[in-house]
Amino acid sequence: MSGPAPRSRDFERRAYVEIHNPNLQEAMGLAKQGFVGKRASAVAAVPEWEQLRAAGREIKEHTLAHLDWYLERFEAKVRENGGHVHWASTAEEACRIVVDLCRAAGARRVTKGKSMVAEEIGLNEALADAGLERVETDLGEYIIQLADEPPSHIIAPAVHKTKDQVSDLFHRHHRQYGLTERQTEGPALVAEAREVLREKFLTADVGITGANFLVAETGSTVIVTNEGNGDLTNTLPRVHIVTAGIEKVIPTLDDTATILRLLARSATGQEMSVYTTFSTGPRRASDLDGPSEMHVVLIDNGRSQMLGNEFHHMLRCIRCGACMNHCPVYTAVGGHTYGWVYVGPMGSVLTPLMIGIEDSGHLPNACTMNGRCAEVCPMQIPLPDLLRVHRERQHASRLDAPRARMMLRAWAFLARRPALYRRVVDLGARALAMLGRRRGRLRWLPLAGGWTGSRDLPAPQGETFTRAWRAGRRPR
Amino acid sequence: MSDARARILADVRAALRRTEPLPPSVARGLEQRVAAPQANVQPAVDGDVVERFVAKMTAVNGLVTRLPDRSGISAALEAHCERHHVPTDIVVAPDPALDDIAWSNRFSIERRAARGEDRLSVTGAYAGIAETGTLVLLSGPESPTSLNFLPDDHVVVLDARRVVRHIEDAWATLRSERRTMPRTVNLITGPSKTGDIEQKIHEGAHGPRRLHVLLIG
Repeated sequence: MSGPAPRSRDFERRAYVEIHNPNLQEAMGLAKQGFVGKRASAVAAVPEWEQLRAAGREIKEHTLAHLDWYLERFEAKVRENGGHVHWASTAEEACRIVVDLCRAAGARRVTKGKSMVAEEIGLNEALADAGLERVETDLGEYIIQLADEPPSHIIAPAVHKTKDQVSDLFHRHHRQYGLTERQTEGPALVAEAREVLREKFLTADVGITGANFLVAETGSTVIVTNEGNGDLTNTLPRVHIVTAGIEKVIPTLDDTATILRLLARSATGQEMSVYTTFSTGPRRASDLDGPSEMHVVLIDNGRSQMLGNEFHHMLRCIRCGACMNHCPVYTAVGGHTYGWVYVGPMGSVLTPLMIGIEDSGHLPNACTMNGRCAEVCPMQIPLPDLLRVHRERQHASRLDAPRARMMLRAWAFLARRPALYRRVVDLGARALAMLGRRRGRLRWLPLAGGWTGSRDLPAPQGETFTRAWRAGRRPR
Repeated sequence: MSDARARILADVRAALRRTEPLPPSVARGLEQRVAAPQANVQPAVDGDVVERFVAKMTAVNGLVTRLPDRSGISAALEAHCERHHVPTDIVVAPDPALDDIAWSNRFSIERRAARGEDRLSVTGAYAGIAETGTLVLLSGPESPTSLNFLPDDHVVVLDARRVVRHIEDAWATLRSERRTMPRTVNLITGPSKTGDIEQKIHEGAHGPRRLHVLLIG
């Protein structure tokens, strides 16, 4: 497995930088309000929400338990409709297949719809290395392509940018098209991107999209967008290539209906995204438009290794982004801090599985265990539990910090000796109470600089709970 | 390439504690599940489906004009062009179901797929879904997909009798009326929009700035 080079070990330092980055804090403040409120009202309007979640989970669990059969069924239907299916075990294989298809098509310009799996396999770099012009067509992806940055959110890739920063980017990059005025209003910026990208859509040789679902019943690939960029990408060029993880397959069109009801509400608070499109093979002989070739690249890249163990839950993920929108860590530090393609709680679970726990640094620890991600996850993925599994593995592989290991050992030593434990804690509580008796708070404490560096520690009252209980002072 | 296929399938089976494909008895059950799809949980959609469709489409800023019959289509379109300052050079899908429209001579009409410079398209629709105010459009020689995305204005003629309650009802209709899937099925719920700049919604991102449903009957 590979893909883009991970920088996840740098989490702590980057988190510090981003918390002090006023642009990021402004942008994330807006995002947090928007996403959380819109999802809450959309979910509240559906009394059947919990039944839908259970049904969505059941569909995915059923498919995963018979994944080989459903993949072969999907493949047979794509072929029946005149499409081609390619299989890739690794990121490199997937990139090579896509680049070879582009070369075979004699392509120079390639338009792309938003696809997280394309980011995961490092397709952008592979296309650039092959000398192909890649044009991102989702507005958010286009903005970060101009900024030469990776996405910072799985459905809102430019969520970390303010409008002012977008104005600057467009002003700098659109001059070459004769658009010299710096636009500052949202509608004008959207219109300018529409104008620039329209030409690219019409002249692209290959269009690459991801897939939200692969339907075994019909051999269809499904994309969900609001802008319509995915549809111009899969309709206008001569060749349409779909990149998709093997976990995207589900049995029937009716099953897509169930999960669609969960997806848009969780992602953007819409009942339905504007465009949900089912592509089945290439254009038919009598069609007036549509691609003459259609290829689906089925990508494993570590997914089969997640089946059959506790991480199979993660294969239910439909990439809605609700977990990150509700995560206090993500909304404070932004997506780039995570150092790889997938961010927020789902990223902290996936990244160690895809790039190795050694290179994932603090990701499993970047969690307060508040549980909101699991509460809002439409597919009921137990994200905090899975992060805990990563933490245990880090500890077992001695990857956690030496000081943390030492403290844990010390605590374990005491916890196994209740009498000693009580005496030490009693002593500690008295000492702290004495130290903080004047202000009721401690501004500094040895070994706890991480806490007292940014806030005071409230001083204990001087007596442990056990002692108070024994003395008959019961809490009211 | 076929190596990867064999490897992935073997890895998947190994993870599922198998070495062989599923036994025929199990596979038959799965084939049945796929051949006779069942709806799962459906949110309640009460009341008149056409009214619900209109309310939902309007809620996502789709325009809806209800017409008693097809004779009003041309006038409704004239009103649209005037209100939104759209030229009357229009592209109409080469759909025989649209042949009967008595166009005003103000319109200059071409029947073809879309081009980049087209301003307004008129197409039919396969169905409407009341649950979410969604249009179902199928690709075909009579209904090229580009008409749904390239022009600034997309006007859709929908027969009110084709409005169904849930998404699954549209699939059931499709299965019973057609043997195979067309290249493209578009579920369209409102005009094109984006929230990618500071999470504010702006319409007309890449697809139509305006979606106007002429609901007949």
